[in-house]
Amino acid sequence: MSSARRVRDGARPPIRLLRNLSSKIAAIPMVLVGLGVFVGGTLWTVLHSFTDSRLLPRLNWVGLDQYERLWSTRRWLVSIENLAVYGIVSLVLTMCLGFFLAALLDRKIRYEDTFRTIFLYPFALSFIVTGLVWQWILNPEFGIQAIIRGLGFQNFNFDPLYNPDLVIIGLLIAGLWQGTGLIMVIMLAGLRGIDEDIWKATRVDGIPIWKTYIIVIIPMMKPVFVTALVLVTSGIVKLYDLVVAMTAGGPGIASEVPAKYVYDTLFTRQNLGQGFAASTMMLVTVAIILIPWAYMQFREKRQ
Amino acid sequence: MTNSIEIKDLKLSFGAVTVLEDLNLEVGQGEFLVLLGSSGCGKSTLLNCIAGLLDVTDGEIHIQGQNVTWEEPSRRGIGMVFQSYALYPQMTVEGNLTFGLKNARVPKDEIAKRIARAAEVLQIEPLLKRKPGALSGGQRQRVAIGRALVRDVDVFLFDEPLSNLDAKLRADLRVEIKRLHQTLKNTMIYVTHDQVEAMTLADRIAIMRGGQIMQLAHPSEIYNRPVNKYVAGFIGSPAMNFMEGQLDGGAQRFDTGRGLEFSVQGYEFVGPPTTGPVWLGLRPEHVQSGKWAEDQPVQMEALVDMVEPMGSDTQVWAKVNGQELRFRMDGQEAVDIGDRIPIGFDPARLSLFDKSTENRL
Amino acid sequence: MTAAVTTPRGARPKNPFAPRNIMLYGALIIFSIYYLLPLYVMLVTSLKDMAEIRVGNIFSPPVEITFQPWVKAWSEACTGINCDGLSRGFGNSVRILIPSLILSVSVAALTGYVLACWRFRGSEVFFGILLLGAFIPYQVLLYPLVIILREMGLFGSLWGLVLVHTVFAMPINVLLFRNYFVALPEELFKAARVDGAGFWGIFFRIVIPMSLPIFVVSGIIQVTGIWNDFLFGVVYTRPENYPMTVQLNNIVNSVQGVKEYNVNMAATMLTGLVPLAVYFFSGRLFVRGIAAGAVKG
Repeated sequence: MSSARRVRDGARPPIRLLRNLSSKIAAIPMVLVGLGVFVGGTLWTVLHSFTDSRLLPRLNWVGLDQYERLWSTRRWLVSIENLAVYGIVSLVLTMCLGFFLAALLDRKIRYEDTFRTIFLYPFALSFIVTGLVWQWILNPEFGIQAIIRGLGFQNFNFDPLYNPDLVIIGLLIAGLWQGTGLIMVIMLAGLRGIDEDIWKATRVDGIPIWKTYIIVIIPMMKPVFVTALVLVTSGIVKLYDLVVAMTAGGPGIASEVPAKYVYDTLFTRQNLGQGFAASTMMLVTVAIILIPWAYMQFREKRQ
Repeated sequence: MTNSIEIKDLKLSFGAVTVLEDLNLEVGQGEFLVLLGSSGCGKSTLLNCIAGLLDVTDGEIHIQGQNVTWEEPSRRGIGMVFQSYALYPQMTVEGNLTFGLKNARVPKDEIAKRIARAAEVLQIEPLLKRKPGALSGGQRQRVAIGRALVRDVDVFLFDEPLSNLDAKLRADLRVEIKRLHQTLKNTMIYVTHDQVEAMTLADRIAIMRGGQIMQLAHPSEIYNRPVNKYVAGFIGSPAMNFMEGQLDGGAQRFDTGRGLEFSVQGYEFVGPPTTGPVWLGLRPEHVQSGKWAEDQPVQMEALVDMVEPMGSDTQVWAKVNGQELRFRMDGQEAVDIGDRIPIGFDPARLSLFDKSTENRL
Repeated sequence: MTAAVTTPRGARPKNPFAPRNIMLYGALIIFSIYYLLPLYVMLVTSLKDMAEIRVGNIFSPPVEITFQPWVKAWSEACTGINCDGLSRGFGNSVRILIPSLILSVSVAALTGYVLACWRFRGSEVFFGILLLGAFIPYQVLLYPLVIILREMGLFGSLWGLVLVHTVFAMPINVLLFRNYFVALPEELFKAARVDGAGFWGIFFRIVIPMSLPIFVVSGIIQVTGIWNDFLFGVVYTRPENYPMTVQLNNIVNSVQGVKEYNVNMAATMLTGLVPLAVYFFSGRLFVRGIAAGAVKG
């Protein structure tokens, strides 16, 4: 409570603005970050994507020129295609694998804690560490390819990091390794939230376990799936460090992603307007995914 | 200064929802007032307004002659006891008791004196060094009362203090609160949904519904002469029987129109007797049966539908000329489904309510 | 039905080698291998010398254990012109981590407290905006933050990065604290107000002592998040202030000189050690943190 409130007499209502003053002061960082950085920064970037800013931002309007150039740049098109392929495959696999692992752990197994610790620890590591380790394991001279060839299969070829057609698979292997643990934990929390009696009821009804999961459990876990989906998707859009560490966008431009395109355009090629247009496109991508979800949440809350 | 608390035209709304409307209440010095009602009736909200924990929309609150409408809770001269005890878990019992006093910068020796007194009154001396987690429910509630006690204030506010306790402890602490009130002679406002607590503790009961006080009166008045059908149905367990029918004000006779008709001679009308559709209320415990029915002014025969033996007495669900009626019999009396037994009652103990306004006639 | 002695119908369950159990544990073990393999490879590679790496296979344990790669990674490995190893990056990361951790957790806790216990007109709207911020791709905000930091004179310094970490930590951590504080019994706040405690009194005397677990959870999220950050480190600091992840990437992916895989793996392990230690020591709290932060978000 403010000191302004302490001196006034109890019969008179306080001035509206001074009510709860400490609370309002303590909320200043939130307001600054929310309005100043998140809203202000986003508007600033979007606004400057319609300019021809290069080394320094300036408000010289060029309409949609930056977007036209963006969508006719091969590197951007490759980035978007990579993100789409990586995104869809990684989404499907992360969800399936995450749920599968969670279901395994939920079968009242022994050493549950140990297994969970093993599946989750990569999540504690950075994408840089993840990328570098897998870069080493997938190294064609020493890694998996070399070992299988050493076993006598001389024609075996698996060098994703040096093969433009396979490089996304390399990224996927590493990305899944790092990220499925998180989804598993969320799914496990969802499974643990399901009433034990449901399992008892399906046992009495004689429904096989796999069928119970598909017919009963998964529909009940819809909110958990939606949360996991949103989480994985927003992570995929941000995909950057892993690519930098593992392939640096190569071979050639085969593993470029939008986030890297933005960084390179902004900070190494110093073509700000182009970078802002690309980052605005990233924002639009997130919005397209997010708005239906927000709408769904909103409708559910109203009911 | 006659009144301890005065509430004038109090209004509280959250956006479009009005929780309390034009509420007026006066509580005398040393009075024990119980705010009684079902959940959502606004009783706890009213208490929170008095405590200053909710900012009112309009109106005034005076405590001990001071207008405290916008005063800080700690400067209103109140102590408060909560349903969940609300003891600070990381502090010892002593820490809990002294927290408020330290905030108010009360001198150390004065704090010690007050703690000693509260501990003695509530018999919690051995618990002072313990943390709330190590106490039983009853002990926690004693400490919570102690926290209000050490503040040395004129008004105590209780917000359903016994609801989290089991039945036996609740009864014990109820007696203790009553004893405390007799010793301290403070003004106490006590919120509960339990009518037994209300009836046993209160000097006056305020029955609330929809943010308004329905009736404010002595417990026996509320029990015997409820002002409307809601209060009548709310107070008393098992609940009052209600019969729908027509009242003939001139002949003072009641007729359900489905074969049951009797005189209400002896009923004390609030105003002049009227004619028209009414609700007639009859408390189960006011129906006499068997040989005791014979002395009653109104007598009839009941067909037993169902019996619930409770040991000390038996609750009987019966039909009287097509009208459902519940009443109590002595537990030793033999009664069975299908029995026809004589019953009777005194119209002086009835309640009559207007059909449309539901107010007492 | 001839049996005079009644035996239970159905086979007695609980056979540890039942086909179902074999499949269950088999699957678990196969996945465990996938998850553990990189850690193992990292470790054995970092303990071999280059000669052994060239002839052997990456899965075989070292014939002769050498700690030389670790020493080199720590104090001699080169990034461009500097050849003082990862120790410099480690120092920078620590100097970034500690103030970022303290600042981000305190700001988030205080904001969560405001949102849970002292709401005012509009506070929920600001909270909504803050949460939306969690979904804005960092790339959109990278340059505006460069400008903000430059205006404040913090661009390129450690403190600038500290501020950036605090900003981006806010949405998730505020949500975490707010949800925790909302679940504290409301009557405690009322009791404290009757006892004359105000905004700060309740925060320091009542709320913080009751909320140790959530501080730990938030701290864990922040330690791993800040330590593992790469993007902000690259954008907002100068090379002499680069955090460990950036330096690691520069060492391993440097195109100059002969690739020393054992040194690279030792460096990678060194960088991963801090978050791994946090993970293994915090165990359930870590799990609780990410589950709570995610499920409620």
